[in-house]
Order: sequence, then C-alpha cells, then structure tokens
Amino acid sequence: MSGVRVLVGTRKGAFILTSDAKRERWEVDGPHFAGWEMYHLKGSPADPNRLYASQSSGWFGQIIQRSDDGGKTWHQPGTPPGEPTTTPEGMPKAESNKFVYDTSPETGKPLTTHQWYDGTPRPWEFKRVWHLEPSLTDPDVVYAGVEDAALFRSTDGGQNWKELPGLRGHGTGPYWQPGAGGMCLHTIILDPSDPKRIFIAISAAGAFRTDDGGETWRPINKGLFSQYIPDPTAEVGHCVHHVAMHPSRPGVLFMQKHWDVMRSDDAGDSWREVSGNLPTDFGFVIDVHAHEPETIYVVPIKSDSLHYVADGKLRVYRSRTGGNEWEALTKGLPQSDCYVNVLRDAMAVDSLESCGVYFGTTGGQVYASADAGDTWAPIVRDLPAVLSVEVQVLP
Amino acid sequence: MIRVALPYHLRNLAKVDDEVTLEVNLDADGQVTLRSVLDALEAKYPMLRGTIRDHDTQKRRPFLRFFAGGEDLSHESADAPLPGSVATGAEPLVVLGAIAGG
Repeated sequence: MSGVRVLVGTRKGAFILTSDAKRERWEVDGPHFAGWEMYHLKGSPADPNRLYASQSSGWFGQIIQRSDDGGKTWHQPGTPPGEPTTTPEGMPKAESNKFVYDTSPETGKPLTTHQWYDGTPRPWEFKRVWHLEPSLTDPDVVYAGVEDAALFRSTDGGQNWKELPGLRGHGTGPYWQPGAGGMCLHTIILDPSDPKRIFIAISAAGAFRTDDGGETWRPINKGLFSQYIPDPTAEVGHCVHHVAMHPSRPGVLFMQKHWDVMRSDDAGDSWREVSGNLPTDFGFVIDVHAHEPETIYVVPIKSDSLHYVADGKLRVYRSRTGGNEWEALTKGLPQSDCYVNVLRDAMAVDSLESCGVYFGTTGGQVYASADAGDTWAPIVRDLPAVLSVEVQVLP
Repeated sequence: MIRVALPYHLRNLAKVDDEVTLEVNLDADGQVTLRSVLDALEAKYPMLRGTIRDHDTQKRRPFLRFFAGGEDLSHESADAPLPGSVATGAEPLVVLGAIAGG
C-alpha cells in the first residue's frame, strides 16, 4: 500500500512525517539538524529516496545536506559518510556548502550592485539557500534559489554548485530590492513539457523565465500592479510571494503576490488578477490541486503590517474555477484566537487519488487534509515555526 | 598538537564530542597562526569549510569570535602568531558564537 512522506523545515530543525495512504495516523521523526534553520527540504521526483535539505545559521552560514535513503541518514554531499574527507593528494573533497557568484570572465557576470531598502546600491552577498528544486528526471541535478537573489545548479548530487549568472546579470539586477525577508529567490518551477524552460520568482524583483535552460532570462511581470512601488507597473520590483503550476498545463501559472492573487494563461507573458471574493488578497502560499488544474488554494493573511490570518480564523480558501470565486475551508481548523502566518513554501499537495493538501504555520502546526481541503486535522501541533512543507507519495 | 574548542553546532556538524586536536604546519617563521590552525581544521573536517570563515574571502564570519588564554583574538591578523599556550597545546583556541546570552 502506498504512503506519504511530508518533509517539514522549521526554524529549529527538520521533521519527517509519514503515514499510509489513509493519512490518518502519522509517525513524526525528528528533529533532524536540531537548532538549525531548515529553510527547505525536497525529494527528487526521479528517486523518492534522494532528498536535499538546506540547513543554515546566521552564525555558521549555509550547509547542504543530502539523504539517499528517504531521510533515515544524511550527509553533506562533498563528504560522503565513511569515505576519507580528503583526496589521496590530501586536498579537501568537494565543498558542497560553497555558493560563490560566478564572476569569471568566461562564464560569469561581474558582481555589480542591487538596491538596498533605501535605494542605495548594495553589493551582492550570499546569505542562504531558500529553495531546492530537484530535476524532474535526474536525481543528481538540483537547483538552488538563494539570497541575495541568484540561481545555482548542481549536476553531481549537491557536491559542487555553479551559478547560472544570466539571471542576476541579465540587465535589471541593479534595480532589484529586497523584500522584508531579504532579497531571496524563493520559487523555482521546472516545466515538465520543456526541459529548457524554468520559471523563478524573487522578492521583491518579480517573476522571470528562461526558455534556453538558464542561459538568458527575461522578466515576466506584465499585468502586475504594485501600488507601493514608485512605478506600479514597472518591469521589475514586484514582491512576488509564490508561484504555482499544474504539471499538465505548464503555460498556466498562479501567483500569490504581496497583495493580489494573479493568473497567467501564457506562461507569464501577461497576468490578470483573480482575487475575486477573498477577504484579503495578501498572503504567501498558493498551490494547485494534483488532479484538477483549475482548483487552487491560498491562505489569506490580514495584511503586510500584521502577517497573521484575519479575524483570528485560520481559513484556507479554495477556488474551483481557477480564481475569482473562492470558498473558505474551515472544518478542523481553529476559528477563534488564531494569529499564525503560513509562509510561502509551507504548502504542498500529494498526488493520491483523493488529493491531500498540507500546510504548516508559524505557530508550529502542520495540518493535513486527505479530501482536497474539505476537512483538516493537525499532524503535529507544537513544532518550531514552520518554514516549508513538501510531500512525497511513496510506492 | 593544537587544541580547538568548537561551539555546539559545529561539533555536531563535525561529528566530534569534545575539543578537536590538530597537527598544524608552522609558518615560515616557525609560528602557529590562526590561518594555519583553521587550514588544518578545515582539512581534517571539510564539512566546516565556510562555517567559520567565508569560502571566498577567508574572512571570519561576523557572528563568530576567537579567544585564547583569555585574550580576544577576533580582530588580530590571521597571520599573527597565536599565543605560546595555544602553540604548545596547553590551552585551546576557542571558536565562540558572538552573542553572550539572550
């Protein structure tokens, strides 16, 4: 019988939650990497036992961890367990923690400046990996979205990382500004129908697309309106919080912007607002039902000044019409005295016949619905603040 | 033999329970320096590369400090000789998180 594995990154470690396909009884394993900020964990679609994890700390910097056995054991890919830590020549092995912007004349771009919050120029400085996106077909290929915003790729299972500098250096980079959480590249979507097409999003620069495997990029922000920036319809500068796509329709994208829920039917060339009857259209997460490409989920947040749900009620909103018409999903979720947030990478859906939906809160709860959002129950209630949630269906 | 005391999270990362001990190459003047100790530490425990000093610039990460024999060495040159007590192994070089409490 198949089962599910939920990978949870928190402010103080990672947790792995497992269940059979009924999704009623859960085993909680963790904390892994106790005390570290775990921004994201994700499994390879090509090999569910291959997991990647971003471990970071303001004190000690960035660590990349990898598991080859579904999270039972972990290692830093540059120093596999049981092997010598140096080469026969005495040199340290690959430095899997090393993220250095590519400024080489042959392949890179000069490291210019981006804008600081006050508009002054600021040098690019690597801080952490926000999001890891394994290849759809090769377990050893994985992309990393980092702060300060750039895209890196490893083709050797996370041992070595190389920037795709065409994004940071394509021209608008000097105008990018950080959002409140830093200038992070937080969303990476690989197009299953076209291996050369990748979508990414940056707070607060906007969404970008490559059609040539990451060599060249262009902003895809037409139709976004952000009244809190000097030019509300500028080519870049929009605080895109998250983007989601259904794999069967890679040209259709759904976006939770800072304010506004948006939709594109032309792979991001143009966007239109689909916030409709949402009580507030500020929020972070957005996701698409595994089997119904017009069914989408958001968690409205009161405002950018408050960063908690409205009216003390934790409500997931579902649209079955691809936006505009939304219904509140509340059964099993707290409907009084609740003041949590749900961060941008903290929602996921599984692909079982009855689609499961999962999300984690800054209050440390991870909620699951085995019936596409109709009813909810907590898997755990008292974890550290949840930063990310991903789910895998296991054979 | 040089002794190095690491903070909790770096001990976990390096999978060591206590202080680490290192054979350190002496510099041209026969001295042990912060750089030579950190080079030896990272060679023996490559998983620590980038966690104490930046991969690229080799600068001390801003929230870490170095102490030895009660002296704050955080702002000393990486090529300055370490105190004799560290060089002889009488005292450890202490790598410390730069926040006293909270």
